[in-house]
Amino acid sequence: MPTFVNPNKCDGCQALDRPACMYICPNDLMTLDKGLGKAYNQEPDQCWECYACVKTCPQTAIEMRGYADVVPFGARLAPLRGTDSIIWTVKFRNNETKRFRFPIRTTPWGSIEPFQGLADAKVEDVKNPNLCGQEKFLGVDKLPVVAQ
Amino acid sequence: MVTPETEVVECDILICGGGMAGCGAAHEAAYWAKAKGLRVVMVEKAAVERSGAVAMGLSAINCYMGMKWGENQPEDFVHYVRQDLMGLSREDLVYDIARHVDSSVHMFEEWGLPIFKTADGRYKREGRWQVMIHGESYKPIVAEAAKKALGEQNIYERIFISHLLLDKNDSGRIAGAVGFSVRDPKIYVFKAKAVICAAGGATQVFRPHAVGEGLGRIWYAPWNTGSVYKLMIMAGAEMTQMEHRLVVARFKDGYGPVGMWFLLFKAVLKNAYGEEVEKKWADLLKEWLPYGGGKPIPTPLRNHQMIRDHLEGNGPHYLRTDEALQAMFAQVQNDPKKLREIESDAWEDFLDMTMSQALLWASENVDPAKVPSEVVLTEPYLMGSHASGTGAWVSGPEDIAPKEYFWGYNRMTTVRGLFAAGDGVGGSAHKFSSGSYTEGRLAGKAAVAYIYDNPQAVEAESDRVEEVKKALFAPLEVYEKTRPLTTRGQVNPDAFGPKQALLRLQKIMDEYCAGQGAGYITNAPTLKRGLELLHMLRDDLSRLAASDLHELLRAWEVWDRYYCAEAHMRHMLFREETRWPGYYYRGDFPKLDDANWKCFTVSRFDPEKSEWVLSKKPYVALIP
Repeated sequence: MPTFVNPNKCDGCQALDRPACMYICPNDLMTLDKGLGKAYNQEPDQCWECYACVKTCPQTAIEMRGYADVVPFGARLAPLRGTDSIIWTVKFRNNETKRFRFPIRTTPWGSIEPFQGLADAKVEDVKNPNLCGQEKFLGVDKLPVVAQ
Repeated sequence: MVTPETEVVECDILICGGGMAGCGAAHEAAYWAKAKGLRVVMVEKAAVERSGAVAMGLSAINCYMGMKWGENQPEDFVHYVRQDLMGLSREDLVYDIARHVDSSVHMFEEWGLPIFKTADGRYKREGRWQVMIHGESYKPIVAEAAKKALGEQNIYERIFISHLLLDKNDSGRIAGAVGFSVRDPKIYVFKAKAVICAAGGATQVFRPHAVGEGLGRIWYAPWNTGSVYKLMIMAGAEMTQMEHRLVVARFKDGYGPVGMWFLLFKAVLKNAYGEEVEKKWADLLKEWLPYGGGKPIPTPLRNHQMIRDHLEGNGPHYLRTDEALQAMFAQVQNDPKKLREIESDAWEDFLDMTMSQALLWASENVDPAKVPSEVVLTEPYLMGSHASGTGAWVSGPEDIAPKEYFWGYNRMTTVRGLFAAGDGVGGSAHKFSSGSYTEGRLAGKAAVAYIYDNPQAVEAESDRVEEVKKALFAPLEVYEKTRPLTTRGQVNPDAFGPKQALLRLQKIMDEYCAGQGAGYITNAPTLKRGLELLHMLRDDLSRLAASDLHELLRAWEVWDRYYCAEAHMRHMLFREETRWPGYYYRGDFPKLDDANWKCFTVSRFDPEKSEWVLSKKPYVALIP
């Protein structure tokens, strides 16, 4: 279901360095039409419908339209992603609607301190098979080993 | 054409690819590098926040032992992987991931990944190895940790790595990598003492089910172009099991996941006439002993049963979601709150990781509690992280690897200083997201150890750097030169665009290399004919034309897939047996042949002579 951009909503992210969708697209698809000042999907048949651009667009200007060669018209699937949860609205071809809410993160964004509370790495430990933070994270006292 | 500028980046360790394996490598290498002040750099062709196979999210972590609750031990996992891979896996590598993987998952939870829990506080299991997660933000969370560990200044995004560099005084040793920015006309030369190849496996080498607008709706991420294999092949690293492709049963057209439906909801696969495929074809498994007699039934053998039923004209095949959900509703006595929970779990499985399947169901008014959904087999993928094992031939860990599998540093390839992780490591499957991350950590630590022992400077051969720099932008020059030959660019007598080259590759592979259109079957004459056509395509790739940087990226991704295709075909030709029926069949060698082929296939490409040499390496059982 490749993305398309609603021209009435997209403002080309003029307040940002570059459009948010262009920054995030994992497949280099979303780009800016400099003449129009609006974003578009430059290669719809390589779109995986990952929704990364839809979720990040500050104007909610990006939607999916089911692949023309596969999907019947009439359905709609739209996310609203907050900081700790996401709400999905599923509209069926027959207009039935379902709504789901799922948690996405249990801690504040930006709060990760990857090595907090861990002892500093020691040169003499670099050859052993233990990974960083093993005492804290592995869940068992000793790293399992099989005899050679 | 604008002459590109060149930026040289000096570092100790370079991580190519910022997916799960790359982020794991970044985390671990950053920790150990601090002790000696080494610089670790990660380069990614997209944005790390949403890159790699987990960019979209995931609904489950499929590799977790649960050692702290005594649920499984690494030995159990080795037995499982051995069985699913029809006997052939690098058990030292599999064991190594299993003994470490729990710590990665526990870190993810501490960082903020929501994991489903049972009433007694354990992780909720979907199957023996799988735990259920609310994984919409799985990748952004893991990316945040990697960025914090490395520092933003050490992360280079939107740069596509096209070639690795070898040391000018020692062609068996790594010296760095070259790539280009997909945003500005700029070349990057990374100079590094160690390189960790952590990029993705290969999709779209084979023609998928849809070839119009739906070309990109495939099961594995379309931006996984097989860079990890091409980079290592071209650097002269030995590759193993490159014939060991993956084909999986998925919901038709959306390629939605079926794991939860099978494992948690106990849904059953039936043909159009209501016959249970697994029961109907139980006797087929006896032709594939000992693996056909073991449990669980290996992934390729389950495919094999479905293919046989399809060939008898009994399709469509349906996953009976209707029967499964009705049985679950009856179990909870139609309690509305519990019905809602079941429905929510069912939809979240798609909404976390394959939204297209949810949209497809909505577009066809599918209520899974009322109607079943079609299941088909995918086109083949080349990957080392799922139920298949393509990748580099790497050293195992010192404390457990048999002597045949150890040469100094865990996860180091046969090129010194070149490490691999995730899809890039061959012969060790079922890592999935958590195992790939863990393998990145193992490679990250080993790379630091390698540099401690080998602190001397490396230097890339300068002529080679210039040669690569010239080649990188050649498709833009081809475009400019050939444009006047036609009134419209699409049909040009001397050039073609990356999409046409890709479609030609997919056609050759589908028809000659046991693609889904060919019923997954081939033989030596067909493979040899395929190689002839493949080599003509290779020669024609000098005519690849790119009108802008986006097409330049696509042109180089065609090269990634080309080398994957050639390696795959050559390995399939070499292995004269059918080891994984349901993944592919050698019509001329239709049986399993443990006497001659219970071994790993290994290839080495000599880029100077453009020659492939194939050989066998022994399989060694780590545990009984």
